[in-house]
This record gives sequence, C-alpha cells and structure tokens, in this order.
Amino acid sequence: MNALLLIILPFVAAALAAVWPSERTRPWLLPATGLLHTALVLWMLVHPPAFAPEAWLAFDPLARALLPAVSLLFLVCAAYGISYLSVRAERSNRMFVALMLAMLGLLSAGLQARHLGLLWIATEALTLAAVPLLHFNATPRAFEATWKYLLVGGTGIALSLLGSFCLGYASLHGGGGGDLTFTALTTQGANLSRPWVLTAWVLLLTGYGTKMGLAPMHTWKPDAYGEAPGIVGAMLAGGVTTVAFTALLRVRAVVASAGAGPIADRTLLVIGLFSMVVAALFLLGTRDFKRMLAYSSVEHMGILTFAAALGKVGVFAALFHVWGNSLTKGALFLSAGNIRRAAGARTMDEVRGMSLLTPHSAAIFVTGLFIVTACPPFGPFFSELLVVRAALETHHGVAVSVFLGCLLFAFFGLTRLVFAIVDGRPRPATRLTAQRFPETAGVIVPPLILLGFSLWLGVATPDVLREAWTAAVAQLYPAP
Amino acid sequence: MNSTVNLLVGAAMGLNLVALGSSRIPTVIRAVALQGMILGTLPLLMETHFDWRVAGIALVTIAVKGLVIPNLLQRAMRAANIEREIEPFIGFIPSLLLGAAGTVAAVAGARALPLLPEHAGTLLVPGAMASVLTGFVLLVGRVKAIGQVCGYLILENGIYLFGLLLIKSTPLLVESGILLDLVVGVFVIGIIVDRIQRAFDSLDTRKLTVLRE
Repeated sequence: MNALLLIILPFVAAALAAVWPSERTRPWLLPATGLLHTALVLWMLVHPPAFAPEAWLAFDPLARALLPAVSLLFLVCAAYGISYLSVRAERSNRMFVALMLAMLGLLSAGLQARHLGLLWIATEALTLAAVPLLHFNATPRAFEATWKYLLVGGTGIALSLLGSFCLGYASLHGGGGGDLTFTALTTQGANLSRPWVLTAWVLLLTGYGTKMGLAPMHTWKPDAYGEAPGIVGAMLAGGVTTVAFTALLRVRAVVASAGAGPIADRTLLVIGLFSMVVAALFLLGTRDFKRMLAYSSVEHMGILTFAAALGKVGVFAALFHVWGNSLTKGALFLSAGNIRRAAGARTMDEVRGMSLLTPHSAAIFVTGLFIVTACPPFGPFFSELLVVRAALETHHGVAVSVFLGCLLFAFFGLTRLVFAIVDGRPRPATRLTAQRFPETAGVIVPPLILLGFSLWLGVATPDVLREAWTAAVAQLYPAP
Repeated sequence: MNSTVNLLVGAAMGLNLVALGSSRIPTVIRAVALQGMILGTLPLLMETHFDWRVAGIALVTIAVKGLVIPNLLQRAMRAANIEREIEPFIGFIPSLLLGAAGTVAAVAGARALPLLPEHAGTLLVPGAMASVLTGFVLLVGRVKAIGQVCGYLILENGIYLFGLLLIKSTPLLVESGILLDLVVGVFVIGIIVDRIQRAFDSLDTRKLTVLRE
C-alpha cells in the first residue's frame, strides 16, 4: 500500500502543480512533496514492509537500498528549485514543476518495479518526462541536445523493450505461463531457453546501458547534462541512472538463475571498464565544466557496472557507491549551475577566477571534485576501496590496475578544468554578470547539505543502510 | 492461417525496402503508415477465435500506427515545407542494399534461435529483425528529422512484430501501456521537431552540430 503511495503522492502533486494558479507559490510544491516522500521512504527504510513475492510493485530490499538516496536527492534539489525558479521568473514554471514531480513518481515506480513490462514503462515514461525539462532554457543548443537525447535515448528504450520481449519468449519457450515478474523468471531459472536469455541480455544491457550512459552509448549525456538546468542534471545523473542500474541488477539476477551468470558478469566487467577508459580520455580533453560532469557521470556508471560484475561484495560496494555518487553529483550540479549563471559562460577559455566572484559555490565545487575523485573521508572513497577489494578477492588483478589508472587520469582531467575555472583573476565582463546573480542561502545551503550527507556516509555509514544493502545483495544472490 | 500471416509479414518486409529506397518523404511516411496498418491486423489473424480484447488492441494499433502518427508527421512535414531527403548520410542505393542484406541475414539468423512449434513456420522473427535493422539504417542514414522519426517508427514496428509472439501469454495491460507510451513519444517528438524548425529554421539535423568535443 505504502509502495503505491510513494508513486501516487508525487503524481497527485504533479496534477496539482499543473492547475496551480500562482507562478510565485507553485515551486513550493516541490519541497513540500519531497518532504512527505522522503519522510515516508525513511520510515519504510527503518520499518521494511512485508510484500508478496509475486507483486508487480513493492518496496523490496533492492528498492529499499536505493530509493531513499533518490528521494533525499530530490528533496534537496527541490529546495534549491525554489531559488532557481525565482531567478528564472521570466519563464513559466508550470510544466517544469509538474514534470519534476511526475519524475519523482516515475523514479519511485521504476525502482520498485518487480515486473519486466512495468519496469520498461516506467523507464520509457521517465525518458519522455525529462524532455521538456531539458529544453527549459529554450536555446537552440538546448533543442539540439534534446533531439540527440530523444534519438539515442529512444533507440535505447526500444532495444530494452525488444530485450524484454526476448526474455519473455525465453520464459514462454521454457514452459512458463507468461508471468513476467522477476520472481517468476528467477524461479523458472534453468528452464529458460538459453539462446533467448543471451539475446535478451545483450539487448537489455545495450538498452538500459544507454539510459545509464555507459560507453559507447553515452553520446547523449554530455549534450543533455551540459544544456539542462542544474537540478534536472542532478536528477538525471542521480535518479534516472539509478533506475537503469537497478534494472540491470534485476535482469542480471534472472540471467544468473538461467546459468549464464559468468557470461553476464564478464560483459558487465568489460563494458564498465570501457566506460571508465572512455570517460577518463574525454575528461582529459573537455573544456566545458558542465559537460565535464557528464563524463564524470559516465566514469561513475562504469564503476557501478564494474562493481556489479564482482559478486556479492561488489554489488554491496555498488549500492554504497550509488548513494555516494548520487548525492555528491547533486552537489556538483547545483554548484556548477551557480557558477555557470554567475559567469555567463561555461568553458575554461571564458571563465576564470570564480573563487573571487562566487566563493561559496567555488568552494563547494572544489570539495565535490575531491569527493568524486575518491578522496577520504567521504563516501565514494570507501565504496571504491570496497570495489577494489572485491576485485582483488575475485582475482581481477589486471582489471584493478586499469580501474585505478582510469581513476588517476580522471583526477588529472577534473582538477585541470576545475582549477582553471576557480583560480586566476576574473574577466571584467564576468564581474558584471556575477553581480546579477548573488549567492543567496537558497542556492548555497542545498549543495552543502549534499556534501554533508557524503561526509556522513563516509565517516559513519548508518547501520540501517548497511543492513539494507546486505538485504538487497541477498535478494540478488538467492541462496541455492 | 499461417500463410496469410506470412504473406502480410512479407509485405511489411517489402515496405521496409520501399522506405529505404525512396527519396520522397511522403512516400516514406505512407510506407510506414501502411506497414502499421498491416501489423495492426496481424493479431486478429493469429487468434483462432474472436477475443474482444485482442480486437480492441488491433483497432487501436491500426488507428494509431496507421492514421494518427502518419498524420502528425505529414503535418510536421508541411509546416517545415520539405518534400525530399537530399544528400543522406547513407545513399539510397547503399541503404537499399544494406536493407536487402539485412533481410537475408535476418532470415538466416532467425534459424539460430529456438521457436515454439506454433511459431516455427512463421516469418515473425525474421520480419522483426529485418524491420529493426531497417529502422537503424534510417536512423543513422537520414539527415532530415522526419526521416529519422520514420526510422524510429519502423524500428518500433519490428519490436511490435516480435511482441506478437507473446500476445497469448502476456497480459494486454503491458501492451496497452506500451502503445500509450509510443503515442506520447511521437507526440513529444512532434513538438521537438516543431521547436527545432523554429530555432534553426530547418529540419536538417546536419545543422545540429554546436555540441561536440
């Protein structure tokens, strides 16, 4: 019941936002809904509800391990949204607020979906809901980015549907009754038709991998993250990718039950490392600090995929890393949005000296940079350490060296760009734009809170989260 | 019954080639519309006895794939005032050859996958694979946004063909959800096409090159 409420609540709020008369008060629906949603999710995190295994939708251990992170991220982004929409008062925010809320509902649906078809519908709807948010700025660049997002994302979504059908046919061929819940598919296990399972795995990995932004299907990401408003970028990088990753984890469990686990793990390992290599190379080359965040996201999706291939410890580390990455990326996107507005530009050729013009945002941005490049004592450091441990335990020595090499190159690339923006003497033109966008508490406190969460995850990971991640791993690796 | 189904799937595969080889966008849209209508009738033919839910799905499919979506596309085409695809990335003859080779490969490749006895004699799997490949060629090979959308629709048609294998076992709820998503998707695409037209004064996707490394 509560599982359904997590989806209905944001949708009711979205409908309310669509008819809300006042432009000035409408954005307050975002944090109000976010607060209710987070409160409910946290309550359910502490008191996990019982659910029927054959349910299509439930707050199961995997949803419990990840949905709170997405909900928290939304709440903080929503709080930032009030200040953001007030400085963008020249544009109507009706569509923006309604779709952000709908996105929260769809994220809750996608993470809780235990049915192949339902999961697909949620992901597809998420893709479409994000479209008007991406071109909120209505510049030609934004439309270009949206078109590329639609073409690449749409193709990815189409392939994942084809993959879902293939998995359905694998079940049908193996004598299944057409029940496409993950429980039923896993129970069928070895009876699933193997050629169809492998075809389905390739298609689903490509399809949901596109939504995650794994290389070489990541091409939409720099454009979309570069042009989208900061809060939309944060929700895409921290929320939508999490749904796609959850989908891959659930499908991997089905594939493993059919006896093709080692093949699935090998493909995950290769595509994860490949994404990290591609991201590291592009990070060394890009000059645009919002596109940089997209490549950093590709890198972290690579880390998640790599970790998911490493068995129980790896998946535990991946779930941990989702939390650290989502929350820190949120801080980076929000502070990058502040810097971008104040600077009126986005490349290291045009922007410099932001530590003088936007000292707080610059400080948050630099701290966020050190967190995503795995500096202790923040969350991502510990999760990546755990990934390395899992890889060494499973004798992936070569892979670990590639992994660490990519992290090092990504660190070079990120610091090069970030310090070029932060350091130096600001250009005279930038000083004038910066005066129009002063750093108010409304745009500084939300990213600071996210940094605080990241620190908290690192130094004192709450026991309830560890327990939730362990339960999720147990769900994905059922005892034979 | 199977022979009628195979005939129609064969016709859909032929329409793939029409779409690949034609330089006139109205022809491509009409091919996509006809293909959609053909696919819509298939569920009725595959059922041995009449089922009102299947009939409903078939009717909605014919209406959406055959009438609503092509209408939207034609309107976008008229608004943008383009009739022809000029200088595609992949020429018409090469794309036709690619499509033909893809069709042959699909028929050959489909043998590698085991089928249930009731599906063994049908062209559904090769037809689906050929349409998906055709869709890809159009998506990659065309420069006009509407041509790319047509490619996307043919890709979707291929997936729909594949979905027919599951029509007896999966609840129709999923299929109607999918159809709804498709409608919304094309609607959204239509809006974006309109905005691109206004922002760039053209639907030539070659002009969308500001964002790159």
